[in-house]
Amino acid sequence: MKTRGTVFRYGDNVDTDVIIPARYLNTPDASELATHCMEDIDQQFARTVKSGDIVVAGRNFGCGSSREHAPLAIKACGVGCVVAASFARIFYRNALNIGLPILECPAAAEAVEAGHTVTVDFVAGEITDETTGQRFAVEPFPPFMRELVAAGGLANYLRNR
Amino acid sequence: MGMTMTQKVLAAHVAEGATVRAGELVMAKLDLVLANDITAPVAIGEFPKFGRERVFDRTKVALVPDHFAPNKDIKAAAQCACMRAFARAQDIENYFEVGHDCGVEHALLPEKGLVTAGDCVIGADSHTCTYGALGAFSTGVGSTDAAAGMATGEAWFRVPSAIKVVLRNAPRGWVCGKDVVLRLIGMIGVDGARYQSLEFTGDGVAALGMDDRFTIANMAIEAGAKNGIFPVDDICMAYLSEHGAKPPRAFAADADAEYEREVEMDLSELKPVVAFPHLPSNVRDVDDAGDVPIDQVVIGSCTNGRISDMRVAAEIMRGRKVAPGIRCIVIPATQRVWLQAMEEGLLKTFAEAGCVVSTPTCGPCLGGYMGILAKGERCVATTNRNFVGRMGHVESEVYLASPAVAAASALAGRIAMPEEMK
Repeated sequence: MKTRGTVFRYGDNVDTDVIIPARYLNTPDASELATHCMEDIDQQFARTVKSGDIVVAGRNFGCGSSREHAPLAIKACGVGCVVAASFARIFYRNALNIGLPILECPAAAEAVEAGHTVTVDFVAGEITDETTGQRFAVEPFPPFMRELVAAGGLANYLRNR
Repeated sequence: MGMTMTQKVLAAHVAEGATVRAGELVMAKLDLVLANDITAPVAIGEFPKFGRERVFDRTKVALVPDHFAPNKDIKAAAQCACMRAFARAQDIENYFEVGHDCGVEHALLPEKGLVTAGDCVIGADSHTCTYGALGAFSTGVGSTDAAAGMATGEAWFRVPSAIKVVLRNAPRGWVCGKDVVLRLIGMIGVDGARYQSLEFTGDGVAALGMDDRFTIANMAIEAGAKNGIFPVDDICMAYLSEHGAKPPRAFAADADAEYEREVEMDLSELKPVVAFPHLPSNVRDVDDAGDVPIDQVVIGSCTNGRISDMRVAAEIMRGRKVAPGIRCIVIPATQRVWLQAMEEGLLKTFAEAGCVVSTPTCGPCLGGYMGILAKGERCVATTNRNFVGRMGHVESEVYLASPAVAAASALAGRIAMPEEMK
């Protein structure tokens, strides 16, 4: 289980209001939410992000509201992984619950720059910045979490079992 | 090693006589599962996947249309309709229709006596931590967790460690719960309590009424906390009794409970504060705010839309006028607060001062409707977040403050101290 793509980089405290502004929360439709993802801090993101791309950010990513629409929007954009120095707790739980892989890695969050090509290996527990050749060790996803992500989230995972 | 108050409540929901420690993963029984018109539709979509036809207990699920209700547009109407249909199909006891004793969820549920001391509550809304004021463990989750909770009556938690917040002495003048919690967030930062509980204690607790405690617990999430929690004292017991809550279970921290850190606040030294854009931790004394002209004021929300908030704002506005060109929007948080404010003459005071008074809704707090900001506009709000674009245009600004500071600012047309309004 791997993802490879281009890095979109943001700072500390990226909140759920900028990930998906509340003015678009009048629908639970993920593909519609995706068209507005990040637009209040990066108008280009939703237009240019490709399947497998990687979001890298600083501390406390996903702080603020409990809206599951935030990880849903990121996932529906095709993002393969969010790497951050740390995550707000509700976002952390929500992201994995809906099958969006996320990893805490302060070293990668510090070093990896926008536009770099990065590979994330969830089984080996390694983030590789192909542009610089730097490698970063992370906690590998245990088998149940790989299954959960592959199933598309907690509900599907539990139903399949 | 002893347990914190939060750990005690969680342990009691794992099994009678159980002990838990920080970092442990536990499965806990739930006393209440909450969702609103934004988060419920996603949860309802997930619900069938859990393989249960009915919710675990139709009396322990609360569904509240408050964010975009009364329906702000056709899509919002569809979301409310989805929740209403589910509530009917599942015969949910605690579904509250607009106008029928409804209101902003975190003001409404305590008012209806639906949460009591010692409860374990999850809600698909980050401000679910409000009920910590009642000595409950209460935390915000996403829609999938809420769906799982509705289906099974249980949720898993990582047992949080805690920060002990010792409150000393009584606040003076116009200083209230909002100033206390904003100052605290300013001290520890927006991720200062990430994954932890904020456990409030000290003699200063007795100087805070329930409405102040709700405000403080409500904004625990703004410091990244999993929950905030207050001791169950006479003031809390009186509130529970008055609102017909279930019999309380008062838990207290063990004497040898461990805390990650301790923060002490002398409430008598606090002054009215304001959080500048774009983080709730960007706190300054109003005295040091400088000349900040504004366009709008919002008084309301799950943070500060309760009756004591209405009374304070009305006291400052009585017989005075909102500054020319300033829009002041007052939103009592529940139907009952609205009625009480009417009976006490507060709504008349607001209207005569030049405010518009809305029926209960979360509306403007999250930039939904009923007070959206244009490019470049500034708003002083008694709400809880001042993130980029929170109340409207990405180049608008939100300044968080107490009802007293908000009311004074509406009269002055700039950020102002309540003392200036004489």
